[in-house]
Amino acid sequence: MKLGTSLIIGGLLFTLAIVVGLLAPWLAHTDPVMDANLMNAEEPPSWMWWFGTDAQGRDIYSRVVYGARISLTVGIVSQLVNSVIGVTLGLSAGYFGGWWDDIVNGLTNLMLAIPSLIFALAIMAVLGPGLTSLLIALGLTNWSFTCRIARASTLSLKSQGYVQAARVLGYGDLRIMITQLLPNMLGPIIVIGTLGMGSAVLAEASLSFLGLGIRPPYPSWGSMLSEARDQITTAPWLSVFPGLAIFLTVLGLNLLGDGLRDILDPQSRSRRT
Amino acid sequence: MTGPALIDVEDLRIDLNLGSSRVAAVEGVSFHIDRGETFGLVGESGCGKSITALALIGLLRRPLSVGAGAIRFEGREIQNLPAVEQRTLRGNRIAMIFQEPMTALNPVSPVGRQIAEMFVLHGGKSWRDANRLAVEALASVRVPAPERRVKDYPHQLSGGMRQRVMIAIALACGPDLLIADEPTTALDVTVQAEIIELMRNLCAARGTAVLMISHDLGLVANFCRRVAVMYAGRIVEQRSSDDIFRACSHPYTQGLVDSLPRLGSRARLGRSRLREIAGVVPAITNFPSGCRFNPRCAQATEVCRTTAPETTMLGADGLVRCHHHA
Repeated sequence: MKLGTSLIIGGLLFTLAIVVGLLAPWLAHTDPVMDANLMNAEEPPSWMWWFGTDAQGRDIYSRVVYGARISLTVGIVSQLVNSVIGVTLGLSAGYFGGWWDDIVNGLTNLMLAIPSLIFALAIMAVLGPGLTSLLIALGLTNWSFTCRIARASTLSLKSQGYVQAARVLGYGDLRIMITQLLPNMLGPIIVIGTLGMGSAVLAEASLSFLGLGIRPPYPSWGSMLSEARDQITTAPWLSVFPGLAIFLTVLGLNLLGDGLRDILDPQSRSRRT
Repeated sequence: MTGPALIDVEDLRIDLNLGSSRVAAVEGVSFHIDRGETFGLVGESGCGKSITALALIGLLRRPLSVGAGAIRFEGREIQNLPAVEQRTLRGNRIAMIFQEPMTALNPVSPVGRQIAEMFVLHGGKSWRDANRLAVEALASVRVPAPERRVKDYPHQLSGGMRQRVMIAIALACGPDLLIADEPTTALDVTVQAEIIELMRNLCAARGTAVLMISHDLGLVANFCRRVAVMYAGRIVEQRSSDDIFRACSHPYTQGLVDSLPRLGSRARLGRSRLREIAGVVPAITNFPSGCRFNPRCAQATEVCRTTAPETTMLGADGLVRCHHHA
């Protein structure tokens, strides 16, 4: 694939998802929760009902549009939390070394050994379903890759001339970490973060599908899939459209991540010039 | 001389900890630099000149550590100061520039910001004032069009320009001592001359003392008032730079002087080869007993192999560490 194509397609898909989420009240035809009408239950897609209606007669299109809000909120916020935790731990561990490095390393290995979805399930089981606990569960379980990358980058950057120079010029540890190390490792962190957002969207869908995430009647793509699974043979549009929304959003985020890596990775950059 | 020297190093020893054993990478090094003075430290790779400089600014890292001796800045011992106080010395009172201007600047930060940061960090200035001062600092190191250059990233500048930026950063807070570790080694000869001239003018104008570290005896003798020659972790000879070519007494210094190419010397002396110093520098873990130069020294006698020579003072500015000094 030509350089930049994946970036453009991924960027467009992700932007589309964000725009849809932001403009949901204007794009939706009906209220996603309240406008149930049993008179037009399980209508197939038509000019009237673009994506069809569900068993309660709610417009699937409107619910998918509103579902973008929840999926993207979960994806972005939980990945931000992951990135902050991962960078803080990895950067400080790589910079200070010693016993702190050992602790962070052990913790990272522990997190990598536990399947993150199972861990998130356990946290959800304790906190109960809902958006906040979903954010907490996903935000605490996916920082290990970011942490690894941040630590590895710190170790290699630490010996760079400008980091030594900053120390000689009287910079404090915190200032060196923030002004010298962090900006220079931002590329890979952003790439990992974008890819992580995709997996967070998927994880939200999985947890909601299992009934632990967003609960009906609120529209999240995962919970819509969960509700639709009994009618998958009689009313396939109930599962197709939320599934397609998940697919396109995650695909967009992954393409965006790949495209960003092509731009931000110094190795591919030097290949080009 | 009135009052204490700006920096006074006394009997410094730097240990290299190798787990089980400990060897002295630098031993018995003493020198002082007065306010506004230029002092050079010359020696080949691995003789300990760079780690001596790192010891001065308190940045020796494991496995290196100061084993003995004292480093006094304005009469105050600084090697055991708490980290916070050492940090306020660094950059503010003692600054340093490096051999590699390519890597000593942060690649993701505009150079103007990197200069301005010094004013914010040590001068307590606001960013607005600091940015204005950064333009002035760039102008002072004779970077053309400084108000545009401040927005440039390091990769947009040439090696000479980057070294100018490094000098601007180092001199930003008006330090009392500038340590220049091989400041021109990575540069072209013509650029080298410009940078040396720039450093000379700026430091003379501001009364900044300079400790110049280099393997280039000619460069150091040209720039500095006094020169110390280091070999295998010890200062073997110290002279005023006027004397070093005329009247050096240590065989190693003599060897260094002889190995410098000189214009016209070939024709005059009818010699086609430069003289070299035979042998290689001994490994740090395997220094010879007695005088450390004895395996390579043409004048070595029995006493050189068994007893380490003491330093002999030669007038006010000179000293030599040799059994056979003239």
